[in-house]
Amino acid sequence: MEQGLSQPLVAPSLSPAARRRQLREKVIAGLITLMAFTGIAALILIIIFVAKEALGLFMDAEARHEASLSKMFLAQDVPVGRPAFRWQPVSKVPKVSMIPLFVGTLKTTVVSMMVAVPLGVFGALFAAEFAPRRLRELLKPVIELLAGIPSVVLGFFALMVMSTVVKDVFHFDRPLNAMLAGLGLALAIVPVIFTVSEDALTAVPRSYREASLALGATPWETAWKVVLPAAAPGILAACVLGFGRAIGETMIVLMASGNADVISWSLGDSARSLSATIAAEMGEVVVGSPHYSLLFFIGVQLFLFTFVLNMLASTWTRRVVRKLTGGAA
Amino acid sequence: MKAFLGTIVAGLLLALPLSAQAGNVTVKGSDTMVILGQRWAEEFMKKTPGTKVQVTGGGSGVGLAALQNGTTEIAMSSREMKDAEKTKLRTRYNTTGVEIPVAKDGVTFYVSESNPVNALTVEQLRGIYVGDITNWKQVGGPDAPIIIYSRENSSGTYVFVKDHVLDGEDYVASAQTLPGTAAVVNAVSKEKNSIGYGGAAYAKGIKELKIKKGNEEVAPSAENIKTGKYPLSRDLYFYLRNKPSGEAKTFIDFALSPEGQAVVTKVGYFPVK
Repeated sequence: MEQGLSQPLVAPSLSPAARRRQLREKVIAGLITLMAFTGIAALILIIIFVAKEALGLFMDAEARHEASLSKMFLAQDVPVGRPAFRWQPVSKVPKVSMIPLFVGTLKTTVVSMMVAVPLGVFGALFAAEFAPRRLRELLKPVIELLAGIPSVVLGFFALMVMSTVVKDVFHFDRPLNAMLAGLGLALAIVPVIFTVSEDALTAVPRSYREASLALGATPWETAWKVVLPAAAPGILAACVLGFGRAIGETMIVLMASGNADVISWSLGDSARSLSATIAAEMGEVVVGSPHYSLLFFIGVQLFLFTFVLNMLASTWTRRVVRKLTGGAA
Repeated sequence: MKAFLGTIVAGLLLALPLSAQAGNVTVKGSDTMVILGQRWAEEFMKKTPGTKVQVTGGGSGVGLAALQNGTTEIAMSSREMKDAEKTKLRTRYNTTGVEIPVAKDGVTFYVSESNPVNALTVEQLRGIYVGDITNWKQVGGPDAPIIIYSRENSSGTYVFVKDHVLDGEDYVASAQTLPGTAAVVNAVSKEKNSIGYGGAAYAKGIKELKIKKGNEEVAPSAENIKTGKYPLSRDLYFYLRNKPSGEAKTFIDFALSPEGQAVVTKVGYFPVK
């Protein structure tokens, strides 16, 4: 390329073909932007819709009387001798305590995480670090296939097959309990945690492993003390994804937990989760009634939970990354 | 890909005039009645080609809401319309709706086949479900805790049992709720110390409890439910906004005809008088 000083600088004129190409680029970019904004708009509309339906609780006089915040979260003066926290919205005196639902959600989710996190993370560690290539290529698709099983099927499996086994192994009174629901949930979230963790582990640069081994660390020490911490942000993200799915999962809990609104910390007792409550009652409820608004209010709470959880997780991830990279990031 | 899309578009275009020509009746609501509604629709469409009857479930509340929104012509419901729902209809369409009982259903209590208890009084059932009776030996069974199964608290069956068995009292907190009668039947058949309830239509592979009245034990048989001798029977309804006319009227007339009521018996419910 020649640079003549005498020549003034002008923008090169484009050939028609090039101009067409530029136009096409613009159109495609515009389309992609439009799609992105459609997604965002859909999300905002959903939030507005759910919030609007839940607002009925605070606008409507009847609902305010029937389901005030105090009735949702504090003990109620129900007939003497009965538990004070009940979820019985269809009743002469509706009882709308959220406490049994929180307890139930917590029980099933914690059980499922206790089972699924070790299984998923260690399974991923094995697949990424120790499994022979052949085995790894078999393991990944099989576990990803497990993720493709509809949760209704998992729920039915828990109800029909696992319930008897779990009851006999743990000597529970009831075949349907929080333990069973937690195990059923674990089936659904293990593949999620496994897949994301495995991706995070394989993304760790090879030079880390080589450096570690060159310094005389055993393969196990390398995996445990070098690769796993380096992949920590990804693994944390996997766990958060799994947790979100566990909280929101409906069908499995609905079929396996027994859904009784009891407050007990025993895993042999039943549990009623927030999401299962929405699914079970939305179909038959009188539209626009206080009960209907209550169900949407539960939805709002679930949304807030997962939102806050994701926020916490992302800040924590950033902190971990900063620690690992010595504050350079 | 393009060819494939073209086929879909062409198919849609072809389908449009077809659906516009044929008479269409939409029926939506109670999950208890879905199978019944679908059977009626099948038989009816065999008899009157050219009319399409679409039956979908979702629950009584969903059906009645669809009736208020104008998205269905007929709502199926296993409970009576509530006042709030009637008010909505009145403000929207200026009608109070039309209620047509189309079948009868007996609510049956089930226990496991291995349970020696064959009959209970309504009071005993009430005691079990409100939590006063917690062991089978209190009602003549083995010494074992009673595992209680119930239906979801917005289902028509749940409300029926609450009103007619529990005298409006609340269910005990430890009552485990399951979605749908089929799930209750499944759970009861697997747990020997359990009790559950549901529509008579589903009861298979378990034992139906008789209801004790004085010295008599009444089984939930077709005869007893039709005559009203069995105390726990309820109507299943169709609801419409206005007096039925046109295609919808023909369909409802068919459902109430001897032929339509024979379908009711076949599905496992009971004809209306």
